[in-house]
Amino acid sequence: MADARVIPLGDGDRNARLAASRAARKVGATGPAAPRPRKPRAKPAAEATGYAEPDQSPPPAHLPADHGDDGVGAGRDGAGGTGLVDWLDFLRRRLTGEYAVDDIGFDAELTDKVLLAALRPLYDHWFRVETRGLENIPDTGGALVVANHSGTIALDAAMTQLAVHDHHPAHRDLRMLGANLVFSTPFVGELARKAGHTLACNPDAERLLADEQVVGVWPEGFKGIGKMFADRYKLQRFGRGGFVAAALRSRAPIIPCAIVGAEETYPMIGNAKALARLLSLPYFPITPTFPWLGPLGLVPLPSRWVIEFGDPIPTDHYPAGAADDPMLVFNLTDQVRETIQQTLYRLLVQRRGVFV
Amino acid sequence: MSVVLVSGVSRHLGSSFARLLDADPAVSRVIGVDVVPPRADIGGAEFVRADIRNPIIAKVIASAGADIVVHMGVISTPLQAGGRLTMKDINVIGTMQLLAACQKSATVRKLVVKSTSSVYGAGPKDPAKFTEDTEPRSQPRSGWAKDSVEVEGYVRGFGRRRPDVTVTTLRFANVLGPRVETAMSGYFSLPLLPTVLGHDARMQLVHEDDLLETLRQAVVADHPGTYNVAGDGVLMLSQAARLAGRQALPVPSPMVGLVGGWFRRAGFVDFSTEQVRFLTYGRALDTTRLTEDFGFTPTYNTRETFESFVADRLVDRTLPRERIVAFEQGLAHALGRRTVAELHDSAATPDSQEVRHG
Repeated sequence: MADARVIPLGDGDRNARLAASRAARKVGATGPAAPRPRKPRAKPAAEATGYAEPDQSPPPAHLPADHGDDGVGAGRDGAGGTGLVDWLDFLRRRLTGEYAVDDIGFDAELTDKVLLAALRPLYDHWFRVETRGLENIPDTGGALVVANHSGTIALDAAMTQLAVHDHHPAHRDLRMLGANLVFSTPFVGELARKAGHTLACNPDAERLLADEQVVGVWPEGFKGIGKMFADRYKLQRFGRGGFVAAALRSRAPIIPCAIVGAEETYPMIGNAKALARLLSLPYFPITPTFPWLGPLGLVPLPSRWVIEFGDPIPTDHYPAGAADDPMLVFNLTDQVRETIQQTLYRLLVQRRGVFV
Repeated sequence: MSVVLVSGVSRHLGSSFARLLDADPAVSRVIGVDVVPPRADIGGAEFVRADIRNPIIAKVIASAGADIVVHMGVISTPLQAGGRLTMKDINVIGTMQLLAACQKSATVRKLVVKSTSSVYGAGPKDPAKFTEDTEPRSQPRSGWAKDSVEVEGYVRGFGRRRPDVTVTTLRFANVLGPRVETAMSGYFSLPLLPTVLGHDARMQLVHEDDLLETLRQAVVADHPGTYNVAGDGVLMLSQAARLAGRQALPVPSPMVGLVGGWFRRAGFVDFSTEQVRFLTYGRALDTTRLTEDFGFTPTYNTRETFESFVADRLVDRTLPRERIVAFEQGLAHALGRRTVAELHDSAATPDSQEVRHG
């Protein structure tokens, strides 16, 4: 299987790519929510990777931004506008309701400015996520990202969304499909809707794909996220293959995605099943730090992550009605699962250590 | 030229619809039926005081030779009927009597039913948008929504027994507008809006004018089948509260029943179980069938519907937009900056439109 195509960790190419994407993000280009001044970022990033940052920072055009009337355009297109003014504008529109959500409830501006912003330090400095193969996600059109699930709470999904949003050249929004427990849980359900996610069911998957969105699915569900540390990186059963049927009906490519690092964030060494039943949760994790250290136990371990998007598996050459052929659906499901599993093994062999 | 019988003509939507039909050249005669005389003007329409809960309705249909029946007699809140039992009687028994009369009639060739999207219920297991064929995961168990499920069941039964009669069922999203009184208009008129802590519902609305126009088109042309009717787009409940200049009062879900009970007993507004589920999980409709098969696109989207309601009905805002804007500008000036809003005002770019409606 796949002769080890060794991709050394931390080579120069990767750093250049990181730097470029950081620069791109600093300039920002995602519609009205674009201006995202984060001046002090370049330096810690350089320290974290241990490489001198190439002289990539353009003169910070957004800093002095004289607000003459001709500055209006600049204030909107992401090159100008002071952070303060943008934040005041943002807050005013929040307080007066002058913003838009899509039919699913996705609040693009809130997601970018608040929800993902809260995750960025975790992504950059805590997990030091390295993302590979983003070019496999198309710039336009629907695509279905299928990934392995791990880590007790769905941090892997959140990091993948951030990776695709911040580092993909087209800054695409990953619209994920979640279990109904997510949407019945207070706060979690509300945030999930606002971050653009919806219930894992075929009508919603096909609606999003027909709308040319990038859809993310974690077919292992709770079986994957709530598995024991001893079973780490062993893929669980992939549901009923509903995601494959959705991709076939929408003729969208399937992009297998392997995430390494999330398993070690909260190593689950026990499962308090009685407590889980009492709270009607699928599992109640016991980790070396939780619940022993109280709130401190909620701090994830700082493992180093790799998120790798594999080659797309096209589905548009199958005849119409292929989604109703269970054998084909099972075979494709197995192919996707095998690809992710092999990628995980390859990435694990290459990994120098969990935390370095 | 047709003779149209409208049940439930005395409430606002019924009277407005009778007036609209009366003005329509394709309709020769409009007969309105209700338990109480209409409060509003029904134009040239004739009013017959008849309780649709008893068989008199059959005589009315026969003597008028009505060929189209529009059923708008399903009422939505016990406050309107004077109690839940009366409400259920009017809704369910009334529909059964009306359908029995239609089934016997030799003249009736079309039935148009005003139903509601609340037949879909609302819950965490439902897909993001309901199509007409979506099986609801959480069947409504009480109130108006349950009555409407039963009404639709009887209407389907009628359609099977009289396949020669064209049956159109219109499932309307929550109706708002400058005049109509609904559970939602009552809710948003509260000084404080009780919401469910940790949940933010998606709401889809339909403007009262679009509701009347859809019904009118179903009368003047034949559109057999069931159609969702709603304005485009959704508003989040929290967003609607802010557009209305209202302060939300998040209530933890175990206490929602209690707080809802206070509001109900105080006579403010009707908080049924279904209403609370809607305010928790929200609901959105797929209106593809309406635009493509029925051939009607509502003129107001959800946001415009809500804004027209706010502009005409909510004059006393607790958090007016002007005050928030003034505060922002004050703060910016104190810091020696100009705000984005001012920049937009001084050079009216198309972007400001995009920000509002995008």
